[in-house]
Amino acid sequence: MSTQDTVISVAAALVQVALIVVGAPYLTGLMRQVRARIEGRAGPGVGQPVRDLRKLLHKEATRPEGTSVVFIAAPLILMASSIFLAAVIPFVSTVAAVGGVSDLFAVVAILLLGTVSLALAGLDTGTAFGGIGASREVTIIALVEPTILLAIFALSVRVGSSDLTDIVAGTLASPAQVLSPASLLAAVAFAVVIIAEAGRLPVDNPSTHLELTMVHEAMVLEYSGRDLAMVELAASMRLALLLGLGVNLFAPWGVATSLTPLALLLGVVMLIVKVALVGVALAVFEVFMAKLRLFRVPELLAGSLLFALLAVVASYFLT
Amino acid sequence: MTLIGAGLTMAAAGALLGALAITLVPQRMRPVAGGLVTAVVGIGGVIAGVGGLSGTVLAGAAWTRIAPGLLPLGDARLSVDALSGVFLLLVGGVAIAAGIYGIGYTTEAAHHENPAGSRTTQATVPLFVASMLFVPASGSVTTLLVVWELMALTSLVLVLTEHRLRPSVRDAGLWYAGMTHAGLVAIMTGLVVFAAGAGGETFDALREGAAGMSPAQRSTVFVLILIGFGAKAGLVPLHVWLPRAHPEAPSHVSALMSAAMVALGIYGLIRVGFDLLGGGPRWWGLLVLAIGAVSALFGVLQASVATDLKRLLAYSTTENVGLMAIGIGAAGVFASDGNRALAGVLMAAAVLHALNHAAFKTLLFLGAGSVLRSTGLRNLDALGGLVRRMPFTTALFGIGALGAAALPPGNGFVSEWVLLQGLIHSVSVGVSTDPIVAASIPVAVGVVALTAGLGVATFVKAFGVGFLAQPRSTAAANANESPLPMRLGMGLAAASCAVLAVAPAAVGGSLDRVLDVLPAVRDTAPLADSAVTLRLAGIQGSMSPLLIALGLGLAAVLVVGVTRRIAGRAPRRVVGVWANGGPERNSRQELTATSFAEPLTRVFDDVLRPEQDIDVTQYAESAYLIESVTYRQRVPDRLEAAMYPPLLATVEAWGRWSRRLANGRVHHYLAYGFIGLLGALVFVAVTT
Amino acid sequence: MWRLVRTMWRVGRIAVPAPEKPAPSAGASPTATPLPWSGSLQIRHVDAGSCNGCEIEIAAAFGPVYDAERYGARLVPSPRHADALLVTGPVTRNMADPLRITYEATPSPKRVIALGDCARNCGVFAGAYGVEGSVSDIIPVDVEIPGCPPSPEAIIAALRGLTDR
Repeated sequence: MSTQDTVISVAAALVQVALIVVGAPYLTGLMRQVRARIEGRAGPGVGQPVRDLRKLLHKEATRPEGTSVVFIAAPLILMASSIFLAAVIPFVSTVAAVGGVSDLFAVVAILLLGTVSLALAGLDTGTAFGGIGASREVTIIALVEPTILLAIFALSVRVGSSDLTDIVAGTLASPAQVLSPASLLAAVAFAVVIIAEAGRLPVDNPSTHLELTMVHEAMVLEYSGRDLAMVELAASMRLALLLGLGVNLFAPWGVATSLTPLALLLGVVMLIVKVALVGVALAVFEVFMAKLRLFRVPELLAGSLLFALLAVVASYFLT
Repeated sequence: MTLIGAGLTMAAAGALLGALAITLVPQRMRPVAGGLVTAVVGIGGVIAGVGGLSGTVLAGAAWTRIAPGLLPLGDARLSVDALSGVFLLLVGGVAIAAGIYGIGYTTEAAHHENPAGSRTTQATVPLFVASMLFVPASGSVTTLLVVWELMALTSLVLVLTEHRLRPSVRDAGLWYAGMTHAGLVAIMTGLVVFAAGAGGETFDALREGAAGMSPAQRSTVFVLILIGFGAKAGLVPLHVWLPRAHPEAPSHVSALMSAAMVALGIYGLIRVGFDLLGGGPRWWGLLVLAIGAVSALFGVLQASVATDLKRLLAYSTTENVGLMAIGIGAAGVFASDGNRALAGVLMAAAVLHALNHAAFKTLLFLGAGSVLRSTGLRNLDALGGLVRRMPFTTALFGIGALGAAALPPGNGFVSEWVLLQGLIHSVSVGVSTDPIVAASIPVAVGVVALTAGLGVATFVKAFGVGFLAQPRSTAAANANESPLPMRLGMGLAAASCAVLAVAPAAVGGSLDRVLDVLPAVRDTAPLADSAVTLRLAGIQGSMSPLLIALGLGLAAVLVVGVTRRIAGRAPRRVVGVWANGGPERNSRQELTATSFAEPLTRVFDDVLRPEQDIDVTQYAESAYLIESVTYRQRVPDRLEAAMYPPLLATVEAWGRWSRRLANGRVHHYLAYGFIGLLGALVFVAVTT
Repeated sequence: MWRLVRTMWRVGRIAVPAPEKPAPSAGASPTATPLPWSGSLQIRHVDAGSCNGCEIEIAAAFGPVYDAERYGARLVPSPRHADALLVTGPVTRNMADPLRITYEATPSPKRVIALGDCARNCGVFAGAYGVEGSVSDIIPVDVEIPGCPPSPEAIIAALRGLTDR
């Protein structure tokens, strides 16, 4: 790649990061506003999460006695992993500045790294709720791992590579593949994966007040101030990342394949539009969903595993 | 003298002379002497390994040395090629770390009347390491069997070190002795059949003669050595000695056994299956793949519900050996189908995983040993709060846990990525849509994925419950940091984890040379292009662990900088923990390892079938007032419970029946001898 | 599910239109000001011994008809996430220490809202044997909402004074 191309793709990556960091709270706000309007309420407005974050940054940060560096480092690791993923996942363009960082297995594993750091922080607080949240979270992610990797397997078959840029470029090159049985089955499996990883209904209720029903919230009960701001922002970013990953794997139209300014601008606009649409759809879906009992969640995940397995088998026989 | 010769001489001489020296020095110098001798033997192994991996050693032209008449039944024959080299390097590296660690672990200060510091134990450790080093260096059946048995005997002595302290040690020793010798019988039978069929006992003769053997003979040999080497490696269902023996041995010995000795089981499988036998029909690969998948899943499931830290690590060894076996088995399947590129990738993944596993398992066991030395506890339900009392150990254990959980930027993730790449390209790289491959490869990927997920749960539990939060017992509250030699040993293991995590170039070239030894994957060179980025030859897609680690670091620095600018640097106010407004928090509120694993136990309770005991004690005055409730949960090894009691009962019944034959009458014994001789003569007359 | 969709479509918006923004009352305490960086107020409700009449009114205030969330207020489960404590009821002897601990656990800057006559001056339970005192006897109070129970409009007016929306 020429120097100019490298500079442009690095700039595109930075634009992606900025877009996700700034846009993720608005996505959360949009989803809450849609839910409020459907429920007949007026809602606080799309920008409320931004106001919440701004206020949190100026509040006092506390640290429970008896916690260690793990408690302080976990929000940092969460944010760092989210920012890194925002830079390397091909949201806006498929021309990567650096090779070897956007492999789909690595992306999934880095998401897992963030979750693990929060689980360790939950254990570090030494409270029963933190431990319960950590234990439930690692159980859910352990059970969702096979679905994720099998879905990646099914997606990688068509292009012969598990690198995200290759998969997205391959889907752009032959759009009819999106409607193949393997792709559709993988899309259903991936939808369940997004819900489980982002902690949305029916796997986890992000706005519950009852500690015994919490999974993600239970791990962050002790955070305040700027730590809490980082945790909340990272949670919104992870949701945005997962939704963006989903749309780019299964509906990548609009992603730039060259580094011209017009193509990049179109990529940015299409990303915003697509993620907003999927976010609204998820919010509407959640209105009709109740949270599953914790021990019914493995049944849901086993069902999604079946879909992913069928997707792989279909890709063997039906390509 | 070549590097290999120098290294092996150093190892042998160091072990023999060193063992003698250890028995002679006074007691206060024994820990230092023992550790240094072990480290010297390890350095010898590393030198020999480097020599085997580097240099212009081509397949078939291995470095060979013969010592005629040294062994009772034949010559002692040594032969080192790249495959031997990588395992020499592995064993040597583990030995250096364990030896230096042992300097601190075996002192009187570590434990009063420390049995690990006794003359027997200290002298046996270098002998154990030397016998392990000579296994990959053997070049004939006799040599291999002799050093294999030497390894078994020395490790048995080491496992029984603490037999006066706990009865479970004797039980562990018995199981270990029984299973390792059953494995020896299997290996011996297999190799003897092989030698008989190939017409010679040196590895060269076996290699040449293998082609001339009938498929039935070759398959018999393969199944026998799979049983024998699989038992040593810890593959299900022959794994039952592992969770007994590894926890009971002293911690540096556990590290040697778990990281190095099981790798030699894998070495044996690769050497005999792929090199000497030259590969075989597809069902060999499928069998190894199936056994590997079951081992990986069962091992990690048992580890995720284990509350004894060392037992958890032992089951995790079974899991990782299962992953290596998946790689080897899949490589066998693809090699027999003619798809050499994929077979090369998968074999490279298996060997790389052996290296990575050695690095992080050594670190984890040495860390567990530090905890055991300073608290006297192995039970996770009683540990906790060690991050403040033992920060160095906690940090290093965290690095090991990151590697074992296969998360980036750890080293376990690299080998798992290579393994997954080999598995998922089975469809696209011109392989026919054979139904067996189409059915087994997705299941293998699913198994690897579930293993990875459960591995994360296991090590979050081990690290989070064992080291973080508050101490759950007074022993844990009074822990102190390990002395310098133990920290050095752990640091060495951590450094090798770090190198393996970010520098694929360091191992890429060597692994390609290793593959050149094996006829099925010769000249595939999958990792040839890997410098900063792992690039697999013939397969699209790449991953750069170094760039990922750098990227994450850069993002972390960015986050810290931006938050400091926006939110200021005000220090955090330390507050009492929020316990819902309740009174002073105590450590009884924390989750224990049992409760942490409870959701997993429930989800998998058909496989695990835990036993629960609830004891309710009421007050004497009234049956309605409860004084205390005791809850006990045990997760026994269900595979063992299903398979071994019937087997042992049969053996015992057979033994009791055959006691009637030994009835004390001389003329009966003469008759047995006569009938036996007659039968043997008839057999020989009929078959020749 | 289709019945639910039809109901949503038919009912549409239930929330009453927002009343005029209340002017800060003359007798308000000097600390009854909105927090810096306002527009967002996370509230942790503490029941220090109430009869639950105030809780019903709080539920109504945060329900679809009055919708306190549109002014930026939100109920949170942990005091560490909260900016304001919404305390109801006279403080009973058992709840005095937990209330203090909750106040300590809340990060600054923070406000305390005493909701209802019981929280302000023990109401009808003044002098009862189980009552320790009013909220201002235990922790400093910034905003008081009179009423037994206060109407949702009054609760909303007080919250809007703190969120400045």
